[in-house]
Amino acid sequence: MPLVKNGKPVADAFVAVADEDTLPDAPVLVSATRLLAEGEALFARNHPVGVIWPNDKDVLLLEPFVDRLAVVALIFPKFRDGRAYSQARLLRERLGFKGELRATGNVLRDQFLLMVRCGFDALEIVKEGDVAAVEKEIHSYSVFYQPTGDGRPVPLRARLAAARGA
Amino acid sequence: MYIYDEFDRTFLQERVDEFRDQVKRRLDGELNEEEFKPLRLMNGVYLQLHAYMLRIAIPYGTLSSDQMRALAHVARRYDRGYGHFTTRQNIQFNWIKLEELPDAMADLARAGMHGLQTSGNCIRNTTTDQWANATPEEIEDPRLYAEIIRQWSTLHPEFTYLPRKFKIAITAAKHDRAAIRVHDIGLRLHRKDGVTGFEVIVGGGLGRTPFVGKTIREFLPRHDLLSYLEAILRTYNAGGRRDNIYKARIKIQVHEIGTEEFTRRVEAEWAQIKDGALALDDAAIDAIRAHFKEPDFEALTDGPAELEAAKTNPDFARWYANSVAPHRKGGHAIVTISLKPVGAPPGDATADQMDAVADLADQYAYGEIRVAHEQNLTLPHVRQKDLFTLWQALDAQGLATPNIGLISDIIACPGLDYCALANARSIPLAQDLTKRFADLDRIADIGRVHLNISGCINACGHHHVGHIGILGVEKQDQEFYQITLGGKANHKAKLGELLGPAVPENEVVNVVERILDTYVELRTSKQETFIAAVQRLGIEPFKERAYAAR
Repeated sequence: MPLVKNGKPVADAFVAVADEDTLPDAPVLVSATRLLAEGEALFARNHPVGVIWPNDKDVLLLEPFVDRLAVVALIFPKFRDGRAYSQARLLRERLGFKGELRATGNVLRDQFLLMVRCGFDALEIVKEGDVAAVEKEIHSYSVFYQPTGDGRPVPLRARLAAARGA
Repeated sequence: MYIYDEFDRTFLQERVDEFRDQVKRRLDGELNEEEFKPLRLMNGVYLQLHAYMLRIAIPYGTLSSDQMRALAHVARRYDRGYGHFTTRQNIQFNWIKLEELPDAMADLARAGMHGLQTSGNCIRNTTTDQWANATPEEIEDPRLYAEIIRQWSTLHPEFTYLPRKFKIAITAAKHDRAAIRVHDIGLRLHRKDGVTGFEVIVGGGLGRTPFVGKTIREFLPRHDLLSYLEAILRTYNAGGRRDNIYKARIKIQVHEIGTEEFTRRVEAEWAQIKDGALALDDAAIDAIRAHFKEPDFEALTDGPAELEAAKTNPDFARWYANSVAPHRKGGHAIVTISLKPVGAPPGDATADQMDAVADLADQYAYGEIRVAHEQNLTLPHVRQKDLFTLWQALDAQGLATPNIGLISDIIACPGLDYCALANARSIPLAQDLTKRFADLDRIADIGRVHLNISGCINACGHHHVGHIGILGVEKQDQEFYQITLGGKANHKAKLGELLGPAVPENEVVNVVERILDTYVELRTSKQETFIAAVQRLGIEPFKERAYAAR
């Protein structure tokens, strides 16, 4: 499936590895179980490590690894299941995760902007036709009413700033 | 009135453009119905039994006269000339064509209106007291905080795909007209040591598993409102059930993990974010306050000569006693407009009636209108000296039925006449009841009774909290109705108790009549209301009589 990062299509350098398989000589995405079990050994290799994190598991468990993980892939099993939005914000805003935050699963264009606002910078897109729509979708609004970690100003504060400037 | 500024207008236009594009992609086949459904729902568009239905948000039930005219326009241009006001202080149009929806929405947006978040598993329109900023009972205008919540919850990226819908209600008066204890979150404004804040109530709700909400915090300082709400929503988004649609509301999460554990999780999350970007301060709250234009109240005194003279007219005197309430400003009054005339569907208004109410609001009520969750309208600021003229004009439009709070002031969902979920019809039953109880002397003698009808277990007619609750159920392919007694939606919220076996449609009105006859016979005096008598006597005497004739 096409991967779009920061609005641009990119090649996916990471290989998803099943728990029972040996690790290839490449950047890998491992399961949450494997990360928690093998932890330090994974990071001792010379390749970047990412994790595929289920949406019913507490992301704060990633705290010990957060500075070393290259990718965290969160899952939308159905686009109507919004748990990964909260996980994304906690990773970015609570744990200060700076690596790639990837949306996977049922990732559709009408949710792109919500994902970006919650801190996702990479989208694994289901429908080929949605790839070209990324730029348009993430710029479809210019007004945002609530602060998230993306730092965009909200009217509540912007009104005050305007009033002070006037 | 909250006056939209450039930010709000820009946002709304962007939303209209987005939905127009989504409708186009649906009609082109780029989006399938499963993908389109949540998108249209979040714009207030349902697919009902016969047609698409458009539900329009009326934030905290406040409308300007121009907005009411915009609703009249939509009723005429895109629907069949009428609309239906709901228990969520919104309005629904039942006969809209999908291809015309974007145009209807663009017309509404010009009046600062939309269908945003009136459906879908997101934070819905925040509701409040229809007497806000008019009643002498309240400590502050709750709409100020409802507006702050509206802004925070509008297209909230984290909380747009929750386990289930989410409803917040707020009140600032001692007498709760917003039913805050049967909402996902209820907020009661009160003061402690000179600071304004909220009692926070979580996990109330009706539907198939009714609960009265639990207080998880006695006092939350007002500056912490948004961070605390975000902590509750985050706790729910992570832990609310998604395996079963009927167990997905926050009330089930609170019930299953317990109030104590739920509170602990919320407080732990809140401790992490309370000093962050969501913290409010006086400047931010005052900036919102500045957007509420206070009516330019005339300096008047209570009991003007015009009013005193008018009271000699018995019809006016009856309406005045029933539909007019005291105002915080001298010489003013709050007027409730009954949308429950005899024989009509509760909550319906024609386009002509909407235009008439808009004109009357401009002439006599500083241009402001409210929608009450009882499916009536309110003119919150009326000059007492104009009451008689206003009454005559309302009466000419069929809008002066003096039955507010009485047995024929029925709350009913749309039922099987419109709704795809219903088991039974609600509207014809409501119409039959209003016909049986058409005698104004009789209903005034019976006094205060709230009768609520839901056409199915989803409880849109709030039957659990009706003094008399009627629930449509299906039995052997026929419409039957269960009856409950003793429910209450106010500050002492309570769920009604089942009277006995369900009764067939043609018996419901008779049963209700026997219940009320029993009350009239057994009450200690006229001062003992129906609900007080039910509490004193229990349901047994009512049960015995209600079924006796069958």
